[in-house]
Parts: sequence; C-alpha cells; structure tokens
Amino acid sequence: MIAIKNLHKSFKKNHVLKGIDVEIRGQGILALLGPNGSGKTTMLKCFLGMVIPDSGEILFQGNNIIGQYVYRQSVGYLPQIAKFPENLTGRELIELMKSIKSGETREDALIDLFDLSSELDKKMSNLSGGNRQKVNITLALMHDSPLIILDEPSAGLDPLSIKKFKDFLRLEKERGKTIIVTTHIMSLAEDLADDILFLLDGQVYFQGSLSRLLELQMEESLENAIAQILDSKKKSPSHERYIEV
Amino acid sequence: MKDILRYSFYEMVRSRWVYIYTAFYLITTISLWLLSNDNSKVLISMTNITLGLTPLIGLLFGTTYYYNSREFIQMLMSQPLSRWNIFISVYGGLAITLCASVLVGVGLPMLFFGVLQTETLSIFLILLTMACTLSIIFSLIAFLVAMRYDDKVRGLSISILIWLTFAILYDGVVLLLLLVFKDYPLDQLTIGAIVLNPIDMARILIIMKLDISAMMGYTGAVLSTFLGKTWGTGLIILSILTWMLLPLLSLRRLGNHKDF
Repeated sequence: MIAIKNLHKSFKKNHVLKGIDVEIRGQGILALLGPNGSGKTTMLKCFLGMVIPDSGEILFQGNNIIGQYVYRQSVGYLPQIAKFPENLTGRELIELMKSIKSGETREDALIDLFDLSSELDKKMSNLSGGNRQKVNITLALMHDSPLIILDEPSAGLDPLSIKKFKDFLRLEKERGKTIIVTTHIMSLAEDLADDILFLLDGQVYFQGSLSRLLELQMEESLENAIAQILDSKKKSPSHERYIEV
Repeated sequence: MKDILRYSFYEMVRSRWVYIYTAFYLITTISLWLLSNDNSKVLISMTNITLGLTPLIGLLFGTTYYYNSREFIQMLMSQPLSRWNIFISVYGGLAITLCASVLVGVGLPMLFFGVLQTETLSIFLILLTMACTLSIIFSLIAFLVAMRYDDKVRGLSISILIWLTFAILYDGVVLLLLLVFKDYPLDQLTIGAIVLNPIDMARILIIMKLDISAMMGYTGAVLSTFLGKTWGTGLIILSILTWMLLPLLSLRRLGNHKDF
C-alpha cells in the first residue's frame, strides 16, 4: 500500500530523515515508534505532503505522491496538535470536512461513541482538551478511508474513551483497514499493534511483527524491548538494523 | 474552496477584535458627523484615519490570524486539497472580514447621513475602495511575513516595521529627497514616489477629489494633470494591481515550498 524509498529530509543543518526505506503492505495496525526526534512525525508529514522531502520516493497504491493531493481522499489523518479555529463549533468543523471530502460519512457513530452530542454546538475555545481530542478523532475518522494515520491518538483522552477508541480501531482492522499509529505509550502500541516500525536517528531500526521484536530483544514487554534498544544505542551509537521481509 | 472561505470568514467575523475594529469606525464616523454636520469634512477626517489604520490593522490581524490558523492549515493539508486552494481560501476569509469592517464601520453611517445625494459621493466611493484595497494588500503582506517567519514575535515586529516604513518613514525620506534636490525638476520623482507607495496613492487619489486640492499650488497642478491623463490613471491602476499580484504570486511560491 505504501512504499517509501530512500527518503531524506533536513531542516537547515538538522538531518532528520536519513534514507528511510519502508514498505507497508496489507491490512492491520502498525505502531510507528521511536524516541523524540527520530523522524516519526516528519516521515508521516512527508507522506501527507505537509513536509517536502529533499530526495526519495513515496508511493501510495503504486503511484508517486510527492506534489500530489488527490490521494488524500483515501487517508484519514489525526494530527498530534488539535488546535482548531477557536470561534467555530465542532458541528461546523464536521460540516467543513464533509464538504472537503466526498463519500459516505459516519460521524453519528463517532459522536455516540464519545458521547459528544452535547459539546458539538459549543465553540472550540470552550471545549476541554479531552473533548477537543474527541472532535479531532471524529474529524479524522468520519470518512471511511482505507488508510488511517493517527499521531498520538490517546493524548488527553480519559480511560473509558481510550478503551472505546481501541475497540473502534480493532473493528476497523477487522474491516480491512490499514492503520498507522505513532505513540509514546508502549502499552497502547502493545495492545493494538500487529507490526512495529521502529525509527532511530532518522533510519528504520526495526520493521516486523511485535513478537519478533520481543524475541530479538529477549524481552517480554514492548516497553522493556524498546528501553533495551535505546540503552544499547547509548552504549554503542552504531547499531545493526533488522527488517523483517 | 468556497466552504473553507466561508468557515474562515465565520472564524474571523466572530472574533471580538473584529467587532472592536468595526465599532471604532462606526463610532468615529458618527461622532465626526455629529460634530461637523458636513459630509466633506467627515470624509477628510476619515481619509486620514482609515489610510493610517487599515494598513496597520491589516498587518496586525494578518500576522496573528496566520499564526492562530497554522494548525488548522496543517489539518487542511491532510485533506485532498491543493496548497494554493488552502492558502487563498484561508486568506480570503481574513480579507473579506477586514473589508466588511470598513464597509460597515464607515460606509453604513455615511449612507445613513445621505452621502449618496451629495457631491462628495465620488470621494466616498474612492475612500471605501482604497480602504478595502489597502486592507487586502497589507493583510496579504502580513500573511507572507508570518509564513516566512515561524517565530511570532519576529513576524509581528516585521509587520509593524512594514507599517512604519510605508505610513511614516517613506514620506519622510521622499520629503528629504525633495528638499535636497529642490533645484532640479522633481515632478517625475514625486509621481514615481507616490505610485510606489499604496498609502500615498490612496491619499492623493482622495485629496485630488477634494476642494483643498486647489490649495496645493504647483504640486496640485502637476498631480491634477497626471491624474487627468489616461496613462496617469492607467499607471495608478497598474500599480494597485501589481501591489496585489506580487504578494499573491509570492504566497503561491512560498506556500508550495514551505514545510509545515
């Protein structure tokens, strides 16, 4: 579905992406992990056209998408920072999204899921952080897109909403969607992900199944496995990469 | 595109500062009319106020509006929309609101006071047109500045500096040049200097329609001849269009290459 080839991106002297090569095939949930500054968000932003790569190729459904925008019709994206126009209401933002993207929408199901109906006519500036994130999720997922990208989805959500959201994502996976989640909460990744893509210093350090990563690191939890990778990296900066085919 | 424009307009028009800005024009126009009871005098005073204020407010609102909309623009970028479509729609919401503020704040009370039935109608129309034109030009420049500089303090400072340059410093430099080279014929230089500054252009266009232009002596005669000629009017229209088109082209160029 997505193929990224030799992707490079620098911001002035900061070389963030150093030749990323990734192939994401088929359905399921992929957790995109890595320490701060490893290039997770930059890679996703390159895919979404917000950041223009210096070199490399990004293919989506077989087509090179750099400089294109129509492909985003098939992508649902949840941004990390949900800062919407303060004077608009949630309902107006939903209407705006409906007018931008064509196709069937399912905002009612998401509004029910998060119990949002009483909040939708309030200005965004009057909503709590958690409710803003719920509106954010509703906007990202209201279209039935085959590819869903979620950047820190659980930020600001209460435990009940996180549980409901995880159940929703599992259902989406069963419906054949490809879901990419970036998070720093390892329990969330462990709970949801079928595969892990671990970035380190702007390169792919590991791509494969969760069980394989645990096996390689000889750990029982994802948190410990990641901590061990980062710890060994500190001791020896050069690292071997592992990519499961 | 028109939906983003509509919601950007809703976002702006519900801002408290837009109400304050509009109310300022309304109160000033009504107060001046009540004090003088003379449309011509009100228009002269409002010319001085709007020609200073519209560029300043355009720059300040434009810069802060862009910074506040940055995340919204990012969200729109993840949708099937071209960058140009996003920028022009978000900017359009701002420009329409600023123009509406001037039209409601200055235009409505003047209509109520019967400006349509007086000889000052043409001055009134030029004043509104130029106030809207300046709002469009300077808010567009502000958008560019904010897009170029991610640091809010830097962006706002540069915007204020641009206003100072065009509204105050520019005239000072031109006057200085006229003084230094007073022994030479300076007609072309004066006209060139006016055409290069949109605020001066607006001011001259309005003043030349007023009775006080007769008091401007030789300068008034030169400007009157210049504006009376087809090429003179053509040059002014061309200059206004250039002031709008150049920032628009820069917005397109910068927008297509910027990382968000």
